[in-house]
Amino acid sequence: MNKLFKSKIITNEAVTEEIYLISLEIPENIETKPGQFCILRLNHRLDPLLGRPFSIFDHVCGEIKFLYRVKGKGTKILSQLKKDELLTVTGPFGKWYPFPQGDFIVIAGGIGLASVYYLIKKFPKKAHLFYGVRNENEILFYEELKELAKHVYISTEKETSYTYRGVVTELFKEKGKSLSLPIYACGPMVMLKELKKIVNEAQPCYVATEERMACGVGACLGCVIETKQGFKRVCTDGPVFEIKELLL
Amino acid sequence: MPSLEVKIGNLTFKNPVLTASGTFGYGLEYSQFVDLNLLGGVVVKGLSLQPKQGNPPPRIYETACGMINSIGLQNIGFEEFKKEKLPFLKKFNTNIIVNFFGENLEEYIEMARLLDSLQEINALEMNVSCPNKDSEWRRMGLEPELLKKAVKEVRAITKKTLIVKLSPQGDVALMAKICEDEGADAVSLINTIPAMVIDIKTRRSMLGTSTGGLSGPAIKPIALRAVWEASQTIKIPVIGIGGIVTAEDALQFLIVGARAIQVGTANFINPQATVEIIEGIKQFLIEEKIKDVNEIIGSFIQ
Repeated sequence: MNKLFKSKIITNEAVTEEIYLISLEIPENIETKPGQFCILRLNHRLDPLLGRPFSIFDHVCGEIKFLYRVKGKGTKILSQLKKDELLTVTGPFGKWYPFPQGDFIVIAGGIGLASVYYLIKKFPKKAHLFYGVRNENEILFYEELKELAKHVYISTEKETSYTYRGVVTELFKEKGKSLSLPIYACGPMVMLKELKKIVNEAQPCYVATEERMACGVGACLGCVIETKQGFKRVCTDGPVFEIKELLL
Repeated sequence: MPSLEVKIGNLTFKNPVLTASGTFGYGLEYSQFVDLNLLGGVVVKGLSLQPKQGNPPPRIYETACGMINSIGLQNIGFEEFKKEKLPFLKKFNTNIIVNFFGENLEEYIEMARLLDSLQEINALEMNVSCPNKDSEWRRMGLEPELLKKAVKEVRAITKKTLIVKLSPQGDVALMAKICEDEGADAVSLINTIPAMVIDIKTRRSMLGTSTGGLSGPAIKPIALRAVWEASQTIKIPVIGIGGIVTAEDALQFLIVGARAIQVGTANFINPQATVEIIEGIKQFLIEEKIKDVNEIIGSFIQ
């Protein structure tokens, strides 16, 4: 399977002020799995030098989508690209979420939704989604998520008519802890650390991790994360790990 | 078709394009993008006697036209390399060069002895210049007496082509001359340049360690100067490394005297950079009606 191709932008639109959804044309024979990522690179530029790894947000034949937050120079330039411009894509790379056998729990913190949406979509009406954002305006794809998931619980800093007040791990403790189902999670480090305290060792809990990355293929050893077995590469040993393996 | 063949020590390279240590894994990682048979040589990840865990993350940070790394020479160690990686590499018709280092002189010598015993390996690249230094012997690239002693002892232990990878710091020509005098077959330069980057909010380094090594196009002019100076001073071949992304970059190194070049950080930005550079050199020679790449080497006009 070719893992390096030029890709034309279909759409690249702001979803909120900071968050964008980019959709690219890709060859039809590319296979992807939820939890994997691709590296997007701006053509003919040496500054920024490196491509940027993004979780696969969605993939239907010939079209792949990435949800990203504009944080620095690379994502700023990416957000300004228009329809029909070309990007270089390498991937898909990385270990994916093991497929759930039945119902499952998903915990997403903010932009962490980018990694788990594809999983929720792939297994319709099986996910019990716990989704934490700062405020109502940051809730993304609410209608779609309600259609795709079995239950959607949302937490925000201030309570609203349909969201809980607090952080998503507290919401999960209150509403999801008693469910004896595998957990799939992606979110900021503080969320993963809290989750590690809550989850008991017998309950499978798979989390997608992130680190600064250069090659994406396991060669540079730049993206390591600390695990019980020493440093592991996020790009090829992960990005999905069992939470009990990680030293967070 | 022009000849791209070059000679270093007793080895023939089908073309002057090699991969740089630490940027191409053990070859396997990039074999999904590159036919390794097309390369002049593969220089594998720096190897030590025992496996080495390396530095705490974060290990890389992007800078303008470059990146700083503090990988800390993480590697799987000699035994696992021999068992798990070498059988794959030896399937290819290319030169296999093992970059190696030790915590002390005895380990350098032991590594040279062990590597010398492996038929599949064509050349050794002795790393005396890691910017993530934490031992006296990895700093030998800055200390002439240490370098002299180490190259002499390693030379005595191996008949394979011996390349010494030098630091850009200090008197590069002097250090290259020491390598030549002590019997090295070639020097490769430059290694990454010690560098740092600060997060102004936390006032800490952006890396898990305070400093790291800068690589990428940002360092190319520095590398070019170092290669030129060294190649003017010594008769043994110089292998140029530092920010080579395109065939034009590679040709600049050859013109100032490099017999071969290594492609490093460019692999991260374009996994097919090496083969595109080979093709680009070939095209240049055709366009310029040059029959042999050796005619270009050292053709710099002052």
